Amino acid sequence: METIVEKEKQIFNVQAIRADFPILSTMVNGKPLVYFDNGATSQKPQVVIDSFVNYYSYTNANIHRGVHHLSQMATDAYEVARAKVKDFIHAKSSNEIIFTKGTTESINLVAQTWGRNYLKPGDEIVITAMEHHANIVPWQMVCEQTGAVLKVIPMDENGELILEEAEKIIGLRTRMLAVMHVSNALGTINPIGQLMDMAKKVGALILIDGAQAVPHFKVDVQALDCDFYVFSAHKMFGPSGVGILYGKEKILSEIPPYQGGGDMIKTVTFEKTSYNEVPFKFEAGTPNIEGGIAIGVAIDYLNALNHEEVLKYENNLLQYGTLALQSIEEVKFIGKALQKVPVISFNIEGLHPYDVGFILDKQGIAVRTGHHCAQPVMDFFKVPGTIRASFAFYNTIDEIDSMIAAIHLAKKMLK
Amino acid sequence: MSIAAKEAEIVEEFEMFEDWTEKYEYLIDLGRALPLIDEGLKTEEYLIKGCQSQVWLNAELKEGKVFYKADSDAQIPKGIVSLLVRVMSDETPEEIVHTELSFIDQIGLKEHLSPTRSNGLVSMIKQMKIYALAFQL
Repeated sequence: METIVEKEKQIFNVQAIRADFPILSTMVNGKPLVYFDNGATSQKPQVVIDSFVNYYSYTNANIHRGVHHLSQMATDAYEVARAKVKDFIHAKSSNEIIFTKGTTESINLVAQTWGRNYLKPGDEIVITAMEHHANIVPWQMVCEQTGAVLKVIPMDENGELILEEAEKIIGLRTRMLAVMHVSNALGTINPIGQLMDMAKKVGALILIDGAQAVPHFKVDVQALDCDFYVFSAHKMFGPSGVGILYGKEKILSEIPPYQGGGDMIKTVTFEKTSYNEVPFKFEAGTPNIEGGIAIGVAIDYLNALNHEEVLKYENNLLQYGTLALQSIEEVKFIGKALQKVPVISFNIEGLHPYDVGFILDKQGIAVRTGHHCAQPVMDFFKVPGTIRASFAFYNTIDEIDSMIAAIHLAKKMLK
Repeated sequence: MSIAAKEAEIVEEFEMFEDWTEKYEYLIDLGRALPLIDEGLKTEEYLIKGCQSQVWLNAELKEGKVFYKADSDAQIPKGIVSLLVRVMSDETPEEIVHTELSFIDQIGLKEHLSPTRSNGLVSMIKQMKIYALAFQL
């Protein structure tokens, strides 16, 4: 453990990074905040917060439709942000980047445009046993509408997908493989390369839910060669209410629009409307302009960090946190995959996660308790929920020590 | 003892505690003394489903008064459940239906009744009144 502590100091100056996030120096219930709920949403650096004030102070105007100066400025800023997202995930073109409300809307968009128009009775959508509800329910809905069938790749006791089973499930009737890159409830990094190979063999499309991946490691959609990749700004140090749908341009051009309204049209008459080109075809109405700009600012912030260092640092937190929790006899880990992001899901034998979470909160420690919008995962492990500590690069080993001390108090009070 | 008198009694008990750990340890102990619902009644029919923790509740009418039995799978909600049972039991349906509980707020446990806690307690109070209402008919 001591070497891990030493490593923290060597890797990077976490105190300097913490100073960029004002909320990290606030108090909760009279104690310094320890924020371990990054899997639910991350905190925001000052530059992201400032970008909102700057936008409304100096730039605010509607985009894509005014000849006046401010409208040009706002449009430019919004489109620059789109280009930053393109570079961030290494897409070929900005036309492949659609702004949405979040990961959930991105998945619903694909289900209701591609799915509703191309699925036939008996076609199969393949998901996994560890999906978030956002990658289950939209597919169930489109299955009901089209007669398609939902198939589920099972996982094992460690929280890893069973690839031999995937081989059997992904078959000639598979039209779509929709799989999470990283599990929010367990932290597992899924072997999406192998799954995608299976899907490509049968000509199925591939959607990757990257909501829990992009906050932790680099994603290259061209190298992956997936058809869709979706994620949310708020989990990657950007604002809530903004998400991204990446789609290959050819597919996006072929599928029909999602919602109708302004900005998504070329010409409108009462007889017929022709639609705008991608990406605008999928962006009806005035979008969340300031949020779109702010995701660009968050990307700038992430790009300025040394990526290798962040990875090492987060791994160090995961290792330390796991060892520290192991020292508590009653701790049972839920999800023991070999490849994980710094997310630790656990329970304390004999105690309800709600009670533990509440007593931690009283000590200023924010963890998530409950089913993490993944009820089938909880059913699989036969638990009512888990306690989840999910770390970001601004967390520290000292904070993990505070959580361990807080758990000891919870145990004492609840036993 | 009236509902209001029982509420006042609880408020007085909770005034003794100097810090939150003492208060919650007491609450957890109260939960352990709760008149438990029979294991056989811990079924869907008597379940008040919260998103995180769950509550089971049953009521009986004896000589014109309502008696509740309950349980929860988590200890802190169970403590609050026990307070609610103590306040509302052994009262007439009419008193229960018309009561506006204020003691939970006064003893600083209001946060457990926030919808974001998703522990089933808000629905539990509603369900207690629904039982009383049904007994009135």
